[in-house]
Formats: sequence, structure tokens, C-alpha cells
Amino acid sequence: MSELSEASGLLGYVWLLVAIPAASAAVLLLAGRRADRWGHLLGCASVGAAFLLGLGMFGQLADLDEHRRAVEQQLWTFLAVGDLRVDFGLLFDPLAAVFVLLITGVGFLIHVYAVGYLAHAPHDQTHESAGTARRRFFGYFNLFVAAMLVLVLGNNYLLLYVGWEGVGLASYLLIAFWFSRPAAATAGKKAFLMNRVGDAGFILAIFLLFAQVGTVQFSGVFAGVAGMSSTVLLVLGLLLLLGATGKSGQFPLQAWLPDAMEGPTPVSALIHAATMVTAGVYLIARSHPIFSANLTLQTVVVSVGAATLLIGAIIGCAKDDIKRVLAWSTVSQIGYMFLAVGLGGVAYALGLIHLLAHGFFKAGLFLGAGSVMRGMDDQVDIRRFGGLWRFLPITWATFGLAWLAIIGIPPLSGFFSKDPIIAAAFDRPGWTGWLFGGAALLGAGLTAFYMTRLFVLTFHGPKRWTEGQRPHESPPVMTIPLILLAVGTVAAGWLMSTSVVDWLTPVFGEAPEPHGLLSHGQVTALTMAVVVIGGVGGWAMFRNGTALAPAPAGPVVTAARANLYGDAVNAALFEKPGRWLTRALVYVDNKGIDGIVNGLAAAVGGGSARIRRLQTGFVRSYAMSMLLGALLIVGAFVAVQAGWFA
Amino acid sequence: MSVLLAQGVEVTAGEAWTFWLLAPIAVIGALGMVLARNAVHSALWLVLTMLALGVFYVVQSAPFLGLVQVVVYTGAIMMLFLFVLMLVGRDAADSLIETLRGQRAAAVLVGGGLAALLATGTYRWLEGTPAAGLAEANAEHGGNTEGLANLLFSRWVLGFELTGALLIVAALGALMLTHIVREPGERLSQPEQMRARFAPGNYPAPKPGPGVFATSSSNTTPAKLPDGTASPRSISPILPIRELTAAEAADKETER
Amino acid sequence: MPGPEHYVALSALLFTIGAVGVLVRRNAIVLFMCIELMLNAANLALVTFARLHGDLNGQVMAFFVMVVAAAEVVVGLAIIMLIFRTRRSASVDDSNLLKY
Repeated sequence: MSELSEASGLLGYVWLLVAIPAASAAVLLLAGRRADRWGHLLGCASVGAAFLLGLGMFGQLADLDEHRRAVEQQLWTFLAVGDLRVDFGLLFDPLAAVFVLLITGVGFLIHVYAVGYLAHAPHDQTHESAGTARRRFFGYFNLFVAAMLVLVLGNNYLLLYVGWEGVGLASYLLIAFWFSRPAAATAGKKAFLMNRVGDAGFILAIFLLFAQVGTVQFSGVFAGVAGMSSTVLLVLGLLLLLGATGKSGQFPLQAWLPDAMEGPTPVSALIHAATMVTAGVYLIARSHPIFSANLTLQTVVVSVGAATLLIGAIIGCAKDDIKRVLAWSTVSQIGYMFLAVGLGGVAYALGLIHLLAHGFFKAGLFLGAGSVMRGMDDQVDIRRFGGLWRFLPITWATFGLAWLAIIGIPPLSGFFSKDPIIAAAFDRPGWTGWLFGGAALLGAGLTAFYMTRLFVLTFHGPKRWTEGQRPHESPPVMTIPLILLAVGTVAAGWLMSTSVVDWLTPVFGEAPEPHGLLSHGQVTALTMAVVVIGGVGGWAMFRNGTALAPAPAGPVVTAARANLYGDAVNAALFEKPGRWLTRALVYVDNKGIDGIVNGLAAAVGGGSARIRRLQTGFVRSYAMSMLLGALLIVGAFVAVQAGWFA
Repeated sequence: MSVLLAQGVEVTAGEAWTFWLLAPIAVIGALGMVLARNAVHSALWLVLTMLALGVFYVVQSAPFLGLVQVVVYTGAIMMLFLFVLMLVGRDAADSLIETLRGQRAAAVLVGGGLAALLATGTYRWLEGTPAAGLAEANAEHGGNTEGLANLLFSRWVLGFELTGALLIVAALGALMLTHIVREPGERLSQPEQMRARFAPGNYPAPKPGPGVFATSSSNTTPAKLPDGTASPRSISPILPIRELTAAEAADKETER
Repeated sequence: MPGPEHYVALSALLFTIGAVGVLVRRNAIVLFMCIELMLNAANLALVTFARLHGDLNGQVMAFFVMVVAAAEVVVGLAIIMLIFRTRRSASVDDSNLLKY
């Protein structure tokens, strides 16, 4: 960590970054129908303002001395309970600045795109007008941006957690945006529940941090890392990793992310591709002192990343839904980021570069997919596309650039971000270097294959449309963001690979000299070879289209079509025992607890009914009980007098 | 009485005779009061017991209380009881059938237990205790009545005044409770009652018993069931059922 | 020879007879007589104790009991009259509405 600087100038207004989208979200969600007409404009404007503000702050931050390039702003005491004192404090350092620019920049473009997308979006059975739906959408979207900014700007783990839950809420609301569709509602619940699993790990990690170092502030925690035993560090790191895997759709909590595609496409682009799902990467990068301090922990992170990138790539090869392919691709690419941040050292910066590059090209891919779907009457099956390049030229061009970027063709951004990660994986000493490097390399080849398949089946080859479809290009409000993202995709690559490492040096430290198994040049050559093989193979296989129905296939493809049985495993391991447990609990509740309660009530009632008979209303009965009492008292007197109790 | 007064300390043979004669009488009186069916007899039995108790008071150096017992209790209070009994009418609510199940047995059991405990307990406790006697206390102010008066009007004067007030309040309360307020003119004179009885619209003869929808109060006329048919069960089986003829059932013109 | 113990035992016996009478009789007036008997039994005990201790205060207490009993009888009989007037019955079992 570098020293803190005085929060002066524009940097004194870091809180505005959060406040502007939050205020806009409040207005949109509370103003009601009055805001229907202009709500989307306010939503875009607030994010745009936040972006401009972030850009200005970025400039001011860059002007600061490299070793004092961070500002902290304490706003108020968020919580003060006993020894626990948590301030609502914002930390604006190079890492946060990069994220702020990504969130607000890409977010602004996607907001603008959403204006066009929602103009003709289906709003079935929700009984709300298109304007109301749009206002609701932008309200949630602004809420998401505000929460995401809290997440990256918070200067302590609790505030990070607040943002973490905020984006989870926004994600739930937006996945289930078309809540009248059962699939969307279920997908929202699934995302929320699987995120809870990860969130539970995260909150336990926060508890553990407080128990160990007595604070949850980043600076205090990182200062206390040295004093922690390796077991505590391992547990802490694993809990944080559980949180990160939940939010980022990593193995073993990857199943929710593809289902989240039930939400509107801009949501998929912003939340489930560019920003929110990378929060796990951010968490690990932010906690790098913890993860760097324990080698076992790093190995676990790397293993999770490697496993996920292969899982995502393999499943991505077998899916026919354009958004699902992209979703599994996202899972796979975030696997690369986990791999990178797990490697530690300079690879943190590599992971973040890939995160930024991915934010651009994956947002472009999703928005392109949305544009295609819009042109094809919400058709999502790539077997029903083909030959669209002539009808959607701008979409084709931008999608093609993003495709080349994600498979890692130079000089596009993917090459500059993914290639060093593969090289860094090979740099890992011992046999693990070969293992993880090989996995990353294989993943690159698979990525090239399935992305080429997606691209070719969508835009080239014979037309396989359904009857009466007339593909048409989207309006400028949608294509301009596509173009801007494509520009970013092209330009960002080398820009980031050169400067972002330096920019992030204050956060992660200097890059050590690589001492790898293979030289960087060799790795690049290998990667290019694998990518070309995958890409050409994919082109050759799908140049002439594909069958309209899934053909019988070998075990690997069948497994991949079934998401590598991830859902089945979840169902068998958690859902069914959960149902049994629920049934058992219901039984216990009905028979046991209700039995006790009802039995008690019945006993009291029955007893009262019997005791009630004592109240005859006859004065002589009462006199009898009085006399009986007198007899007992006299008997007691006599007994005492006779010395029976002595 | 003065003879009895003088012997406070020692129990004389006379007192022994008195006790053994009157104690059974008192118990018999009490038992008779409880067991007599007729409330008037109960009251008379109680008078007997109270008189015996009055004698006991006199014997035990309390001549004033003995006299009060005879004059106030047996004389006034018991007469009040009898007076109320006469007012209420000795309809003798006491049938011999006990309505509360087990009440009698329980009462005897509990009462016997209590009597046994109290009597034996106090008897054993006090057995052989010599009585201090009241000769000294009575002599202090020149007699039993004077001694009592001295106490009542000095040490217990507040209680005395309060009980006096209590008596007045009780008398007023009894007045309040039993007083019936009648508006002037509410009470009908005898001629007015007669005129009302024979006025048109009123049936002058006594009404048939409740529940009997009959045109005649003869015990050979069957009661009518609510649907108008005659109920054979309403008359004795040895009597012939006799319905009124049309002439008999005709209007007697008594209602004009 | 009768000592205080005989008087007190007689008093206890009379008291119990009165109590049993309260339990078994239904005529409210007889009930009152039984209560009077119980009070008289207590008076006998008081008088006996006064003699036992050589203290006139016991007799004063008996006197007070008599006065209070007289007041009680007056009010009680008035209440009985009132009940009889409204319900045409002097049976205490007929006044059993208290349980509701």
C-alpha cells in the first residue's frame, strides 16, 4: 500500500460518484409514473456525469506522486458497536479508479444502448406500460451502478460487503425483470440463492477478520496480516474465495450465471459480463496481501480459475443459445482472471487488465447479441441464424472485432491481456506450471473454437431463419455504443498492457523478473498456434451451417450440453437433501412442535373445563372449600403443636 | 347471682352440675337447629342453645354478657329472625333431598374432622390449666358491669363508637334495602281492583294451570296439544275422556 | 369438674355444628341462624379465656362480637327479604348466578 494523500480538489468529492447514481435511482424508483417520460434520460445522465467526474478524478490522481497515489475520505461512522467501529469511508486509489472508469464508462454506453433496446423490448403480462417498465429498469440499473461503486470505493470490508449485497439485489431485480416469466423469476431466485452461499462465506470472513485483527478497514487488516497464523490465513482466504466464486460464477458456484441470461440483454452485458461478476476478481485483488501471504491459498485460487476456465470453455462449445454461449464464455474468461490473480505478484495486474479488456469486448459481444436478437424477433438460437452479416453490417463489424479480441488475435486487446496470463501460468515453478499453463493454453484453443462457432453460425453460412423474419440493423442509439465499445476493444489492448501495469504498481508492487519454464516468446507462439487451430477448425466445421436440432453426440458433448452436470450435481447434493430436510422439518413442526403446543393448549383447555366444575355458583360449595381450608390449617396447628414437624 | 360472682376462682360443685346439665342441652339445641326441617323449629332450637350459653356466661363471671345474651340475642335478634320467617312465609325451602352431590357426606366428614381436631386440640392444650378467675378484675371497679364499662369507655372507646356507627349504618341499610318506593296513585283500592277484574276483556274466573290449553278447568277435560288435538296423557286413566259439547263450549256471555 | 378446657371444647363443638349447618341447610334464614350459632360459640370461647386469664378484655371482645352480629343480622335479613321479594325463594341454591 502506498501512502495516502490529502483529498483535495476534485478528489474531495469522491462521494459524489456514489451519490449521483444513488440519488437518480431513488428518484426513478420513488417518483412513480411522473418519471416515465424522462426517467431513462435521467438514468443515462447520472451515469454519464459519474463517468465524467471519475475521469476528472482519474486525472487528478495521476498527477499525484506515485507513492502517495491514493486518497481516503471518511464520511461518517457507519457502525459503532462495542469494539467494532466501521466508518463509511471511501478509498480512491489506482485500483478503485480503474474500476470506477470501467463501471461508469462501459455502464454509460450500456445505459444508452438500453434506451434503444427497451423501446421495443417485450413487456409481457406485467400489466405495466412500456414507459413504466423502462423507468423501473433504469431505476434498478442506477441502483446497480451506485452499489457497484460502493463496492469498489469502500475502504473497508464491511462497506465492500454492503456494495456486494447491493449489486446482488440489483442483479436479482434485473434478472427477474420480466418477473411474469417463470423462467426469469426462477433464474433470479437461483442467482440470489447461489450468491447467498458465497455471501455467507464472505460475511464469515469479515467476522473472522474482526475477531483476528479487530478492524475491517483495509489498511488495518493488511497491516495485521503478518501477525496471523497460516491456518487463519488459509481459512480466511478460503472464505473470501467462497464469496468471490459465488459472485463471479466460478466453480463450484458457476451454475447461476448462465441462467441469469433470462434478464434483458443490457443487464447481461453490464452486470453479468462486464462489472458485477468481476467483483470476485476485485475482492481477491483488493485482498492481495492476504492471498499473497499463503501459497496454499494461491494454489487453490489458481486451481479454481483453471478448472472454471476449462468448464466454461467446454460447455460454451456445446450451447446453441447465443446468450448462453456468451455467458459460459464469461465464466471461462473470469476463470482466466482468477488464474491470474491466484498466481500473485505482477499477475494481479494481468488479471485486472484482462478484466478491463473483457469488460469492453464482452459488453460489445452481449450488446451485439442483443442487436442480433432485436433484428431477429428475439430469436436466440444460433442454429436459426446465418448469413446475417449483410443485414446487420455494423453489428457484424463490432461483433467481429470483439470476437477477434476474445480469442486473442493481435493487435486486439484480448491478445495483450490473455497472452501474458498464459505466460505467467507457465512461469509458476514446478509441475504446477505445466499443469496450469497447459490448462490456460487449452482454454485459449477452446475459446477460439466456440467463439468462431458462434460468430460463423450467426453471421455467415446459409440462412436458417424461421419463416417471415426480416433482419434489420438497430437504430443509432444502439449502434453507437457498439461502435464505441469496439473502438475500446481495439485501442484498449496495448494501451492497457503498457500503462496499467505501471498504474497499478502502487497497489501491487513491482513486477519481478520472469523466470519461467518457457520464454514469453515461446508461449506467445504456442498460444497463437492453438488459437489458429481452434479458430480455423471452428470455421471449417460450421462454415456450412449446422443441423437445426441437436444431433446425437458423444459423451463429452452430451455432458457439455448438460452444463457438465453442474445443475444435476447441485440438485443431487443440495436440492434433494434440502427437500428431504425441509419435509422432515415440516413433519417435526407439524407433529412435534405443533403437537406440543396444541397438546399444551388442549391440556390447559381440558384442565380448565374440569376445574371449572368447581365453580358451581352454589354458596354452600364455596363454604365447603372454606371449611376444608380451615380444617387443613387447624390440622397444621395441631401437627406443629404435636411436634410432627420438629 | 352475687353468689356466683363471688366464686370466680374455684370451680364449685354447683358450676359442675350446671355445666354437665346445660352443655348437652346446648349441643342438642344446636343439633336440633341444624336438623329441624321447619325453619321456625330451627329458630326455637337455637333459642334454647343461646339461653344455655347465657347461663354459661353468668357462671363464668360474665353476668353482664349473660344478660345481654338473653335480652339482646334471644330476645331481640331471634325475634327478628322469627319475624322475617313469618314475612317470608315458612314455605320451607328445605326439602330433604340434597341437591349438591356429596355435600352432606363431605360436610359431616369435614365438620367431624374439624370438631375432633378443635375440641381435642384445645382440650389437651388447656387441660389442667388453672383459671386465674375474674374476682380481682371485677372487684377493681366495683363489679363486672363497672369493669366492662371502664374498659369500653376508656381503652376501647374508639371501637365502641365505631360499632355504634356500624349499627346505625346497618339499620339505615336495612331500611334502604327493604323499602319499596310507590308512586302516589299506584296502589289500587279494592273497588278499583274488582272493577278491573270484571271489566270486559278480562276473564274473571281463575285461569287454568300453566301449559293447559283447555276450554275448561275440569280435570276430565284433556289438555290440548299445540296442534289442537287432545292429549290423553293429561287426564287420569280411570276417568272417561269428556269433551265439551257445542252448547257447553258456547260463549257464556260472562265477558260482557 | 369442668375447667376452661370443657368450655372451650363445647365451644368448638357448637362452632362445628354451626359450620356443618351452613353447609347442609339451604334456607337462607336457617343459614343465618347457623352463623349466629358459630358467633355464639366464639363468644363462649372468649368469655372462657377472659376467665382463664383474669382479664376483662375478653368479655369486651365478646360484647363487640355481639354488636357486630346484631348489625350483620339486620343487614343480612334485609338482603334475604329483598331476594325473596324478587325471586320468591329463600333458598341459597337458587342464587347461583355468581358462576357466570
